[in-house]
Amino acid sequence: MMNMIKEGLENNGLITAFAIIGIVMYIAYFLSDKLTKGRVHGSAIAIMFGLILAYIGGVNTGGEKGISDIQLFSGIGLMGGGMLRDFAIIATAFGANFSEVKKTGISGITALFFGVFYSFVIGVIIALCFGYRDPVALTTIGGGAVTYIVGPVSGTAIGASSDIIALSIAVGLIKSISVMILTPVFAKKIKLNNPRTAMIYGGVIGTTSGVAAGLAATDVKLVPYGAMTATFYTGLGCLLVPSILFLLTEIIF
Amino acid sequence: MIIFGVALLSICMLIGVIVGDALGGLMGVEANVGGVGVSMLLLVLAVDYLKKKNKLQVKSEEGIAFWGGIYIPIVVAMSAQQNVVAALDGGGMALLAGVVVVVVGFLSIPFISRIGEKAKVKEQEIELSILPKEQIK
Repeated sequence: MMNMIKEGLENNGLITAFAIIGIVMYIAYFLSDKLTKGRVHGSAIAIMFGLILAYIGGVNTGGEKGISDIQLFSGIGLMGGGMLRDFAIIATAFGANFSEVKKTGISGITALFFGVFYSFVIGVIIALCFGYRDPVALTTIGGGAVTYIVGPVSGTAIGASSDIIALSIAVGLIKSISVMILTPVFAKKIKLNNPRTAMIYGGVIGTTSGVAAGLAATDVKLVPYGAMTATFYTGLGCLLVPSILFLLTEIIF
Repeated sequence: MIIFGVALLSICMLIGVIVGDALGGLMGVEANVGGVGVSMLLLVLAVDYLKKKNKLQVKSEEGIAFWGGIYIPIVVAMSAQQNVVAALDGGGMALLAGVVVVVVGFLSIPFISRIGEKAKVKEQEIELSILPKEQIK
């Protein structure tokens, strides 16, 4: 009997995912209302549940794809995968108004360059504090502080060893996860309540998944604006880190 | 019909992704550069155009609005497949670097938006200004 249920769920992976995520959302919004009187956004709690599920999945299977490594939940991998994520982000642009985007133009671009540069510098400084000296390692870890894609892409481009690359991914993952959690906390303080600040936030923080989840947990209407700048961040990082920033690091160290 | 909205959204995404890959290739970078950004601009322009010609019926809009509405659950599913175990394995350095870079980022946002503000005022004064000086410093 159990086997039949298991098979039914596994064969319809995506549908199982819709059902499970729907239940997780229901519980999260229920808790947000009952425990925190709506002060903590329901989607922030739901994202926290997602991260906990990912940890459980990772511990049980030792895989790299969180909960979706468990066969029963593989559909969640499809539902939360890049294709549908991008498809839905683009759909949120339907609500965005274009003149806001044009008005913010210059500071959005400034934010992007600043965002990649300052993240790299902090990554390198902290790597130095932990005793790393070799420019290749410093650059790869600095790239990880930009995003968990820029780290490995630059690391492989400049020939870093695999444990340094894994470390850069870890830094990028922690950055993305802390953006998901801290954005609602900092939102009031940095006046993250209008399209302009959202675009600058997307440019400075930049990790697409972190920005998207952070804004979703703060104010859904801002998601397209933050995503607009954030989508260029990783590309810019992959461009600058293994080239100019690597040369700079080599000269200094 | 609902499928018209979903099809419009799909076409915008496909064009954007291809352009993003091409941009990445041009720059010799393995990542897709701005594909989602291009798709969003395309969608906003297409919807603006169709609305002016009132060719976009409400039913078609619902096709797009549905995917916009399903966005947060997709983000929850995305967070459920992050490699949280590896993140925590990164140890003290990864934890510190990851959190510090985020906090510094948040604190710098008000300054960046102020730079933008000053630049705009200056631009209105000087007709043909390129990038105002204080931004280059």
